[in-house]
Amino acid sequence: MPDSPVLDRREAVARLLRDRGELLVVTGLGSATYDVAACGDDPRNFYLWGAMGGTAALALGLAIARPDTPVLALTGDGDMLMGIGSLATIGARQPKNLSVVVLDNERYGETGAQPTATAHGVDLVAMARACGIEAPDDIRDMNGLGTLAERLRRTDGPLFANIKIDPREHPKVLPARDGAWLRSRFREAVLGKAP
Amino acid sequence: MSGGEVAAWPDALFDVLVARDVRQVAYVPDAGHSRLIECCEAHPDMTATVLTTEEEGVALLAGAWLGGDRGVLLMQSSGVGNCVNMFTLIENCRMPLVALVTMRGEWGEFNPWQEPMGRATPDVLARMNLQVHRADTPEDAAPMLDAAIRQSFDGFSASAVLLSQRLIGRKAFEAER
Repeated sequence: MPDSPVLDRREAVARLLRDRGELLVVTGLGSATYDVAACGDDPRNFYLWGAMGGTAALALGLAIARPDTPVLALTGDGDMLMGIGSLATIGARQPKNLSVVVLDNERYGETGAQPTATAHGVDLVAMARACGIEAPDDIRDMNGLGTLAERLRRTDGPLFANIKIDPREHPKVLPARDGAWLRSRFREAVLGKAP
Repeated sequence: MSGGEVAAWPDALFDVLVARDVRQVAYVPDAGHSRLIECCEAHPDMTATVLTTEEEGVALLAGAWLGGDRGVLLMQSSGVGNCVNMFTLIENCRMPLVALVTMRGEWGEFNPWQEPMGRATPDVLARMNLQVHRADTPEDAAPMLDAAIRQSFDGFSASAVLLSQRLIGRKAFEAER
């Protein structure tokens, strides 16, 4: 739908994470990781730099472990499509505190903007709904983002949202990429200091 | 195992999971894991999650540990191949991971399609820096799982316990002679 409005990815992510409260955030490799880093670093962000296809599944394990804390998997359409089976896994498990949000530019942004399946009409919202996950229609405006941002802090999910974004690239904002350091920092923020 | 006799080793494995405070179990089923999966599904303090592919389980258990839960991945040897790239998450983040793998493609396997991944499984796991333990007898299974859980969670390392096809019993097909 070339005439439909789309959102700027940095503005969209900044809106979602404004007043994030207790939200724990797992980011998919590539631009989603840079977008969240651009909002300001936080020890409760777990940035993936690889493990493509694993963002939603990792967030599911975290959500099961911390059932009273809202958890957000924020990723791109390429990562979501690679791990698309995890929507079935999440739908079967129904974790109330998990949201999966896709920044859908219909491109593999890291590798030269080759079209993903969503560029050819594959509908991630319909797939999530078919898996038993509540999902609003594709989000294309700031009103929709505001409603979503409020939902992310609640624990009456699971929730899926697909945000249609402009494929324009932004300057990369690179967070730390030492996985062992990131996981220790995250665990300390969530669980307290290791004995 | 002869007809009607119930093997004790799956219950012994389950006792290890409980004793070591394993809270999450992620699995793609195998007949050899069926009793253990039943026990995990029935336990009130354990969450057993059925996966669509084994690599999901690697990522899920990474998230579980980030949130303070210990987990174990149950799969058969064919699933090890599906996990390869996701194992890099565990190594890069120096996280604990324990996989309990039922072996196919050995000890009188009827289905030749199981053989290539069965043969490759120990090497693939070792190549991805998992410590590999292999239980050939029922008596070995529980102590090996216990040792693997202790070592991986105390030392932030990845390990796999292979349950040999001789131990679990070969899968029977009606067409066999």
